[in-house]
Amino acid sequence: MRSVSIIGTGCTVFGEHWNKSFRQLIAEAGIEAIQNAGVEGKDIEALYGGNMASGRFIGQEHVGALIADQLGLNPIPATRVEDACASGGVALRSGYMAIKSGEYDVVAVGGIEKMTDVGTDQAAIALGGAGDQETELFHGASFPALYALMARAHMNKFGTTEEQLAAVSVKNHKNAMLNPKAQFHREITVADVMKSSYIASPLKLLDCSPITDGAAAVILCETEKAKEICEQPIEIIASGQASDTLALPGRKNLYETMAARVAAKAAFEKAKLTPKDIDFAEVHDCFTIAEILAIEAIGFCEKGKGGPFTEQGKTALDGEIPVNVSGGLKGKGHPVGATGVAQAVEACIQLQGKAEKRQVKDAKIGLAHNVGGSGATATVHLFKAAEGRK
Amino acid sequence: MNGALPLIWRKFGERYDLDGNFCETCGTAFFPARPVCPSCRRRGKLVPKKMPKTGKIVSFTEVFTGPAGFEHETPYFIAIVELDNKARLLTQIVDSEKERVKIGAKVGKVFRKISDIDPEGPIAYGYKFKVVC
Repeated sequence: MRSVSIIGTGCTVFGEHWNKSFRQLIAEAGIEAIQNAGVEGKDIEALYGGNMASGRFIGQEHVGALIADQLGLNPIPATRVEDACASGGVALRSGYMAIKSGEYDVVAVGGIEKMTDVGTDQAAIALGGAGDQETELFHGASFPALYALMARAHMNKFGTTEEQLAAVSVKNHKNAMLNPKAQFHREITVADVMKSSYIASPLKLLDCSPITDGAAAVILCETEKAKEICEQPIEIIASGQASDTLALPGRKNLYETMAARVAAKAAFEKAKLTPKDIDFAEVHDCFTIAEILAIEAIGFCEKGKGGPFTEQGKTALDGEIPVNVSGGLKGKGHPVGATGVAQAVEACIQLQGKAEKRQVKDAKIGLAHNVGGSGATATVHLFKAAEGRK
Repeated sequence: MNGALPLIWRKFGERYDLDGNFCETCGTAFFPARPVCPSCRRRGKLVPKKMPKTGKIVSFTEVFTGPAGFEHETPYFIAIVELDNKARLLTQIVDSEKERVKIGAKVGKVFRKISDIDPEGPIAYGYKFKVVC
């Protein structure tokens, strides 16, 4: 069976890039990834670009072709992948499948979002497109409101507290201090989160990930070939994806994310691993409750115990299972279309032992969990260091 | 998005009178109406059905920063309501004292203006719910 590995990574600094455009950001990440991979542009056979809402953010569609154009990769097939905030994770999976199928040996995967070219109100409208316009947004449900409904249901069912939600934010801000590419380099306390203003109760400003510009890219290669050309290839040992109803009311429960659970189960079964085998995870903490839902769906802790698990430090950098050592979406930033690819970049950096101050000790197997909307799309990827060129 | 006239008149029947449907094969009610029963698929038998006008709050949030078109409404309550036939919908909770908006509270349907984003455009009407006891 063919296997797929990452042979090169690139990522811009995440933040507010007033002086850089969409195309400059993706070119920066893409060129870094290609050079880092030790391949030539002509070796790349296809490109998948994850992007959620360039039409609304910068008035530009057709960004698959734009990315290939900017990277000088014409005439290879270039495809935009859109699944809301999971666009990056699904783009990664698309590239993975393209190599797995035998169609290509070397594929580029990018993820990009340029969000600060519009004001916050316009950005909120663009992001709202990830929910159900007719049955959610129409009634005045903002995205924080949708996650707030899940948070309240989780608190009611399992006794999760607002302080436990805050602990996610505090940890991820702390981790972001150690990541030079993170948007925020500012430690916060539980008290800071608790006194920040409510956006949609029980979620407060410091429970929410920011609006961010950024791009990330990886070069994928068939593993046997990767071992010949790369010193430290990172194998994608499994890829899982699942879907759920677009709108929250259609779901069986509000206090769990079914698509993430199914995607994780599929990935673990394919890799013949369990959550206990994972050394670190990058999960989709667009809101603090989302990280708690994620670690429960993946199976790092019992269902309903994500709050205390986090509060006890078990997901800290030196904890039982470090979660979001990059700073996560909360601390590192969340350029929606780039996030899923940036998670893969972090997994590679960790598995190659190049994460410096935020390095997870003895990291052998990493996991990335990327979610679209309020959970209607989820991807879970597992990564492992492969034997490289001597 | 909400302000576009064709979007308002095209398929809003359900918003005025909670028009959904019901699968006679498995006995599940759907709101809004579904084109196919996800459990029974081709064996399902979907018939139009009006939803009950009462239910209970499953979860809620008080929105302090509203999206475009709702900025002047804040703070307001958004809830997931489970109707008496188990179908669920997302709605605003209005005309209710703050302390009565809680999980499990019984609610009933009312008819209200939802939003008027575009001052020149149409006004969108539809259901909201209020706490009834």
